[in-house]
Amino acid sequence: MDWLKIASAAALVAMFFLILPSARRMVKNSSRGSISDWMAFVVPMAVVVLFIIVLISLV
Amino acid sequence: MQMNTAVTRSSESILQTNKLIRNTYMLLSMTLVFSGVLAYLGMALNMSYGMALGATLVGIGLLWFALPRTQNSAAGIPVLFAVTGLLGLGLGPTLNHYMSVNPNIVMVALGGTGVIFLGLSAYALATRKDFSFMGGFIFVGMLVAIGAMLLNLFLGIPVLSLAISGAVIMIMSGYILFQTSAMIHGGETNYIAATAGLFISILNIFTSLLHILGFLGDD
Repeated sequence: MDWLKIASAAALVAMFFLILPSARRMVKNSSRGSISDWMAFVVPMAVVVLFIIVLISLV
Repeated sequence: MQMNTAVTRSSESILQTNKLIRNTYMLLSMTLVFSGVLAYLGMALNMSYGMALGATLVGIGLLWFALPRTQNSAAGIPVLFAVTGLLGLGLGPTLNHYMSVNPNIVMVALGGTGVIFLGLSAYALATRKDFSFMGGFIFVGMLVAIGAMLLNLFLGIPVLSLAISGAVIMIMSGYILFQTSAMIHGGETNYIAATAGLFISILNIFTSLLHILGFLGDD
């Protein structure tokens, strides 16, 4: 295994442990969204997916 | 009297929100231009992947350790430019690779990223919807994506790598909605921190889109 892979793995592990406390705090403090809240997220995400499909067909 | 105070407070709050949004987008556009110049420099210098990884790691280090300590003062601005510049510089070899395969991919990914960012920002600003409920989902999604990246670093499964890029675009798109909504609803009051978050989202969407287009495109 080359050192580039080892350095990347070390950076990912560090990133995981740096994000972990924020993730715990967010899960604990975030309100639970209603169905309409989640729909307001799902609809633009579906548009993003369709847009990416269009981009793929362009290249 | 009480009503007048409420109206004054409300208009003050709207002014502060508008100022925060204006400062954030102004700083974001400047950091994007600066990062683009440094990315071009990285390409022109024909940087090795090792040097690019080094620049990226120093940039991430500054983002995690120096920016939170300086973001409440003027010192936060040069730190933010250092972060965005180093992350841009780190893109050099990746961009050189895609330019040698098909320059069209880089242009389409760049334009696509711009459209996704502007579209999602406009959506969050126009609807003024509160996306604070997504915080847990986004951060857990980031952890899962990092875990999958780590796994695939050793397994090297191309389809998993493609799925990770797709997931990163979704998570970062969600983060743009979350961050923009936080600026509107008072969850984020610091324009340097807001700019850093939006910059990282844009960068991740761009690199993931490059990967997907490079993988699924004709070349």
